[in-house]
Amino acid sequence: MSDLLHTPLHAFHVDHGAKMVPFAGYDMPVQYPAGVMKEHIQTRDSAGLFDVSHMGQVIVRGPDYATAALALEALIPVDVLDLAPNRQRYGFFTNAQGGITDDLMLANRGDHVFVVVNAACKGADIAHMTANMPDGVTVIEITDRALLALQGPRAEEALAALNPSVRDMSFMDVATVTLNGAECWVSRSGYTGEDGFEISVPNAAAVALATALLAHDAVELIGLGARDSLRLEGGLCLYGHDVDETVTPSQAALTWAIQKVRRTGGAREGGFIGAGPVLAEITNGAPRKRVGLIPEGRAPMREGVELFADETATTPIGKITSGGFGPTVGGPIAMGYLPTGYDGPIFGELRGKRLPLTRAKMPFTPANFKR
Amino acid sequence: MIVVGITEHAATQLGDIVFVELPDVGATVTKDEEVVVIESVKAASDILAPIDGEIVEVNDLLTDAPATVNDDAMGNGWMFKIKASDPSQMDEYMDEAAYKKLVE
Repeated sequence: MSDLLHTPLHAFHVDHGAKMVPFAGYDMPVQYPAGVMKEHIQTRDSAGLFDVSHMGQVIVRGPDYATAALALEALIPVDVLDLAPNRQRYGFFTNAQGGITDDLMLANRGDHVFVVVNAACKGADIAHMTANMPDGVTVIEITDRALLALQGPRAEEALAALNPSVRDMSFMDVATVTLNGAECWVSRSGYTGEDGFEISVPNAAAVALATALLAHDAVELIGLGARDSLRLEGGLCLYGHDVDETVTPSQAALTWAIQKVRRTGGAREGGFIGAGPVLAEITNGAPRKRVGLIPEGRAPMREGVELFADETATTPIGKITSGGFGPTVGGPIAMGYLPTGYDGPIFGELRGKRLPLTRAKMPFTPANFKR
Repeated sequence: MIVVGITEHAATQLGDIVFVELPDVGATVTKDEEVVVIESVKAASDILAPIDGEIVEVNDLLTDAPATVNDDAMGNGWMFKIKASDPSQMDEYMDEAAYKKLVE
């Protein structure tokens, strides 16, 4: 265990009573003394502060924004070029089969693209980008910055106490903001379904900033346990679980992230790895789809539970990729894959019993973004 | 008759409990058989029958209020009552004082 990496906030977490667990090669706080349920509710009702410094922060820089953006469009099937300055967008890398090798956030920071990728994939993502950039476009991993997320209906109030200019940011805006004396790269986004911010802060200033935010009476520390239940209620995919390299954008119900300009008939149609299968599937339909599911009764159905069309069938029609108890929903929720167009009964096999589920719209809890 | 539940220490370790599946009243169980499924926000765990016997009562309160196990593990959070077929099986268990020392 001694080879686990530490974020700049590691000692801060331990000092605040966190239970630390290995996650994507890092020793990370899964919960604090309040526990997952209270931390989840705290974030929905007030504000929660998360350390997400394990995620990869990457700058892609060319002679200008457009050059870097077009270079990334060869790997990412979204419109990077037309993203307005100081705006952020969701995207993903695809492989030759159209499978998603990681999902990410990218931002137009004026003269470069700022990319945030998943911790478990960051090594592969950076190697992939580096190997595929043309001359003059460089990929720089940012290792001297921590990443904090401040999420919840009172996140704006708490962050504005350090710099009122953040009130002017809308959902998916990015800005350079001085917070507690440090130059921070702030986005108005997150992974909870709530309004909030992600804050890239110099390592040396991270503990002081976290301390200053935590001093606000609206803010409590939140661990990875509640981060998972919050994103599940928000209907957001967890890479490696709900989406992986065997799942295409159409199957994952993520085609909303592929703008028209990159689709068949668009001005910059295709031109990314896996464009053939990805675009064909958008036109012709996918064999399976990610859907929201609610187990009837109280028993949670977790990742790996197989789904059947009736109580006796031997061949599953799908499976759950994320599931658990939704503290705000007040019951079990799940997401998983079913054949496209299937609208018959659904049973999950739990401890040898077939228990019914119903389909549900996602998000399970209403999104609360500042548009 | 023996009342079975989990300790406060165990409940804390499990985290917030969101679901408890209890055995049927009248069921005959064998020591170390899985008789209760307990799900926290994090994971599912099994509770094993501590001894051979018959389940004579279960705590239905937990079906609708599973968090009672977190709030009052050693009291209202009990799970089932078992009539022992061989009470001597209890001899191998430690008492509360010894347990508290163990988990200190």
